[in-house]
Amino acid sequence: MKILVCISHVPDTTSKINFTDGDTKFDTNGVQFVINPNDEFGLTRAMWFKEKQGASVDVVNVGGPETEPTLRKALAIGADAAIRVNTEATDGFAVAKQLAKVVKDGAYDLVIAGRESIDYNGGMVPGMLASLIGANFVANCIGLEIEGTSAKAVREIDGGKETVSTSLPLVIGGQKGLVEESDLRIPNMRGIMMARKKPLNVMEPIDPSAETNATSFEKPAPKGAVKLVDADNVDELVSLLHNEAKVI
Amino acid sequence: MSVIVYTESEKGKFKKAAFEVVSYAKAVADQMGTSVTAVTINAENAESLGNYGASKVLSVNNANLDTFNAKQYASVIEQAVKQDGGNVVIVSSSADSKYLAPLLAVGLEAGYVSNVVEAPSSASPFTVKRTAFTNKAFANTEISTDIKLVGLSNNSFGLVESGGSASVEEFTPSIPDSGVSVESVDKATDKVSIADAEIVVSGGRGLKGPENWALVEDLAEVLGAATACSKPVSDLGWRPHSEHVGQTGKPVASNLYIAIGISGAIQHLAGINSSKVKVVINTDSEAPFFKAADYGIVGDAFEVVPKLTEKLKAFKAQNA
Ligand SMILES: Cc1cc2nc3c(=O)[nH]c(=O)nc-3n(C[C@H](O)[C@H](O)[C@H](O)COP(=O)(O)OP(=O)(O)OC[C@H]3O[C@@H](n4cnc5c(N)ncnc54)[C@H](O)[C@@H]3O)c2cc1C
Ligand SMILES: Nc1ncnc2c1ncn2[C@@H]1O[C@H](COP(=O)(O)O)[C@@H](O)[C@H]1O
Repeated sequence: MKILVCISHVPDTTSKINFTDGDTKFDTNGVQFVINPNDEFGLTRAMWFKEKQGASVDVVNVGGPETEPTLRKALAIGADAAIRVNTEATDGFAVAKQLAKVVKDGAYDLVIAGRESIDYNGGMVPGMLASLIGANFVANCIGLEIEGTSAKAVREIDGGKETVSTSLPLVIGGQKGLVEESDLRIPNMRGIMMARKKPLNVMEPIDPSAETNATSFEKPAPKGAVKLVDADNVDELVSLLHNEAKVI
Repeated sequence: MSVIVYTESEKGKFKKAAFEVVSYAKAVADQMGTSVTAVTINAENAESLGNYGASKVLSVNNANLDTFNAKQYASVIEQAVKQDGGNVVIVSSSADSKYLAPLLAVGLEAGYVSNVVEAPSSASPFTVKRTAFTNKAFANTEISTDIKLVGLSNNSFGLVESGGSASVEEFTPSIPDSGVSVESVDKATDKVSIADAEIVVSGGRGLKGPENWALVEDLAEVLGAATACSKPVSDLGWRPHSEHVGQTGKPVASNLYIAIGISGAIQHLAGINSSKVKVVINTDSEAPFFKAADYGIVGDAFEVVPKLTEKLKAFKAQNA
């Protein structure tokens, strides 16, 4: 089985978000970038398939040269090879089209992507990719087993979960549950050394047009100070929620 | 030209988000000088969408669509858009709508923007405001394709009754193979889900253990709220993973979010920040949640929450 794990390169969860150039660009100054948490769960599940079922695991990112350390980290965790499609990722549809080419060229059976990336939170790339390549698709995937060409997946739904059966070729939008936090791997020295020798192939993009374009950014208006209510006077909270906030 | 909206239902009944997306679609249609067509799949009372601004409903009734399937549903909506000549398509942010929307976007070659929180700021170029960076910012985003697909963030627009009426037409699309089939569903049917909830009551590690969750559940019951929890609480197995909210869990966009014994770490706040009104109950007045909240009580949850539940019961009884 050939597995491709899509890795998006995102600001660390604690990053302060700022913009430059008249609020038209994300300010990467001082921002630490990491493997998108949803993708890290997916990559770890892929390593399981590699070790238990003899799969090969490649990772891919659509982005500029600045994303290479993130791909190297994925190699250090255990992926066999990395691909970078050399274009700035501006729109989910555009990224999905680039990835579709990679999947077709590499004849991958299983594509593991994340439920959403924590920068733009589009939640669109995996479904679009599946649709473009005519593969089956499971979103919000919290469990995945493969046998031959059949797959059994668990999907989170509003208020619960469901178990589905499907077949390869398959794309999933994965998240925590595919593996647990305690299963995540911190690259060790040997992994890091080996990662330096593993291939990281740079591909030039196809038709880089985008369907959507973020023209400007804004931050939420600063919030007023919290109104404190005395612990012995919860009546006041009820009345504030009713009369002032009008939410009950 | 029309604005097409997919209105989700469950067991025949419209979800609240269905009325919200129609209300939103009506605002977009007014801006563009056109009308709203709703697509329903196995829903009853399709004409009731008229009250929120739909002029026409394409009603699909087919037993093969009883179980949600993203590919089939996306195909049905795609065929409806093509038949009606729709150029703006609107869906909600429920798990199912978010599942089908990317497939629909590819089918329609439509630029897609999810997590939209306001009516378009301009119809040409078509520009909408969406949340980005896990609610730490907004991005004003232009869609340049002929057909535009908008995913509306739940509870961001609200319901607007316009008192109109809708004509209902039977629509019979062709249905593709499913590709993915549901084997079993594990869902608490008696509970409000986090995505649908107007009020969410959430508990953190401050509650000490799963045996104390009656506190959260009783308060939620009085308010008709969904229950949620912080990440460590689900990691510890005190609560199911499906209740975990935050940056790496479910997003919350409720009208009211009540956090009990939750410190307010940046990753937690990132996922709940788009809730309109936030209340925190915490023993530690220095807890970061107090900086993010609208109302707060510095106090012990084990004393404050039961009192609050009692007071709310009395309030509800009075205002019933
Ligand atoms: C990559 C990453 C992603 C993450 N994603 C998420 C996420 O999606 N969601 C999330 O929630 N967290 C997330 N976290 C974890 C987050 O950083 C915090 O650790 C977590 O939110 C803390 O949970 P808590 O507030 O329940 O617990 P604690 O931080 O332990 O806080 C407990 C609080 O309860 C209060 N308390 C104690 N006793 C009482 C009492 N009797 N009455 C009232 N209050 C009391 C304490 O004062 C304290 O403020 C993530 C972390 C990382 C690194
Ligand atoms: N630029 C990118 N390169 C590679 N994979 C990506 C990229 N952007 C998104 N993805 C994948 O698609 C998932 C969902 O991203 P999004 O649709 O942006 O929320 C991510 O978790 C990744 O697996």
